[in-house]
Amino acid sequence: MDSDTPAFGDLERMAATIRCDIVQMIHRAGAGHPGGALSAADLVTALYFRVMRLDPRNPSWPARDRFILSKGHACPVLYAALARRGYFPLSELDTLRQLGSRLQGHPDMLKTPGIDMTAGSLGQGLSAGLGMALAARVRGLDIHVYVLLGDGEVQEGQVWEAAMAASKWQTANLVALLDCNRLQNDGEVAGIMPVEPLAAKWRAFGWEVREIDGHNMREIVETLEEVRDHAVRPTAILAHTIKGCGVSFMENVPGWHGRAPNDEEAEQALCELRRRLNG
Amino acid sequence: MADVLAYPTRYAYAEAVQELAAANPDVVLLNADVAKSMRTNEFAERFPEREFNFGIAEQNMMAAAAGMATLGLIPFVSTYAVFASMRACEQVRTMICYPRLNVKIAASHGGLTPGQDGVTHQGLEDMALMRSLAGMTVIQPADATSTRKAVWAAAAHQGPVYLRLTRDPVPVLYDDGLEFEIGRAITLRAGRDATIIAIGDMVALAVEAADMLGREGLEVGVLDMHTLKPLDEDAVVRAAQATGAIVTAEDHTLFGGLGSAVAEVLGEQCPVPLSRVGLGNTFAESGPYRELLVRYRMSSVDFAAAVRAVVSRKHRVRQHGSAS
Repeated sequence: MDSDTPAFGDLERMAATIRCDIVQMIHRAGAGHPGGALSAADLVTALYFRVMRLDPRNPSWPARDRFILSKGHACPVLYAALARRGYFPLSELDTLRQLGSRLQGHPDMLKTPGIDMTAGSLGQGLSAGLGMALAARVRGLDIHVYVLLGDGEVQEGQVWEAAMAASKWQTANLVALLDCNRLQNDGEVAGIMPVEPLAAKWRAFGWEVREIDGHNMREIVETLEEVRDHAVRPTAILAHTIKGCGVSFMENVPGWHGRAPNDEEAEQALCELRRRLNG
Repeated sequence: MADVLAYPTRYAYAEAVQELAAANPDVVLLNADVAKSMRTNEFAERFPEREFNFGIAEQNMMAAAAGMATLGLIPFVSTYAVFASMRACEQVRTMICYPRLNVKIAASHGGLTPGQDGVTHQGLEDMALMRSLAGMTVIQPADATSTRKAVWAAAAHQGPVYLRLTRDPVPVLYDDGLEFEIGRAITLRAGRDATIIAIGDMVALAVEAADMLGREGLEVGVLDMHTLKPLDEDAVVRAAQATGAIVTAEDHTLFGGLGSAVAEVLGEQCPVPLSRVGLGNTFAESGPYRELLVRYRMSSVDFAAAVRAVVSRKHRVRQHGSAS
């Protein structure tokens, strides 16, 4: 565990760096999901560089906090965060989705150092997180479990099975972080299959609910730390985000859910992101 | 054998997993509203901190078991075969088998044993589905004694295990001295004319059929193939070489279970006349378990008929050099 606490400005710069990594990785791989990786960049950065207790030199440390990327298609954001945090060399990011790579198209806990749970079939991560939270209780471990879900993902019924069960067992160490970017593969969540009112749904299932701007680093960190230190029941944090955040032509465009930028698009995206990084 | 005592293997499981939990603090039990049926509610009373009833939500339970296993616990997930293998099939595949997590799935109501409940509760496709998953170990013990042993063997095995159980009582075949090893078939009868390779509740019926045929002068071997995967291929080949004719018997669809697995081995390594007994291309119906076995041609009488047929085919092959 690192003792230094990065300032908000440092975290914002790290998030911008990770956004650059995401665009480069997906561009090189020629396939992937930039929109939902970019929307989650600030949330994942806050967790891995400030909020979570972890040790990159000892990825299987039993007392570490756990993270599950239930919206596993966004894994470039997690791979970039892990590499930047020191779990594996940055150069390995170039191997995303290639044969023999440790960086699979969706997270694989057996292959990638720092991945706490295999995920990617939507709707299943919160259940696994619940299992971890309960196992920590059996084991007498004081850990926190963070599960990142998409807002479209909660269309899966299993999410609500898990929500119901977490409420039964009052797993105060379980946090569901929803990347509410309002878009899914086929279009707008509201049009494909409406999920609202999300806050009321989670409350009805017995959860504490917070709503935040998922791109405001101070708000993200302060909320996550307050929940970590004071929650008395499972908490859902509805983080309002912009799909494709940071790349103007990707923002709020459903088509960027699952396609890679070409050379020209990648160059323009990186140009915008670097301007933000240096600005 | 000769012991007429009969006992549902689901109860033997429930008792064994309690003994296991007393010896191993990593063992936890997950229920899905059939704890009373499986008698795993006694575990809940004895180890309340290590029992979790997820209600009627098997998908959540299965993926939660995966999460628990990542922290080193050994979850025993208890439900019925249809729900474990089909309602939660993808959770078993992606969250348990793919990351090779140490989850044990105890699936009661295997095959036609929940007879009167009808098709919705009869798990007749589960073994084929579980067998297709990479790294999955698939077991159905023949009786209460081997079920108890299988529970301990499953816990000692690192990785996912599917343990199929019966709703109805089945005869107790073994005494406590039984040596049970995952992936090693048990020879109940040595044979000369043919071998019945059986699994689960069909093993006792196979012994009955062998006795019946013995009175006709046929020496029929019986193998208890309790582990469907990894299959004891050597035992299959040895039986084929020794007796030259094989009958498989399973309380399961003929598509993808024991009969298919044995046919794969024989086809590749030692072709001999084979006949498979199991449920054909149909769903069954409600009715007492024993009556259903007769109705769907899965009784000891049907095994005996299948043995006579393969023995006669074997002799024709030997006389004419043709299997026709």
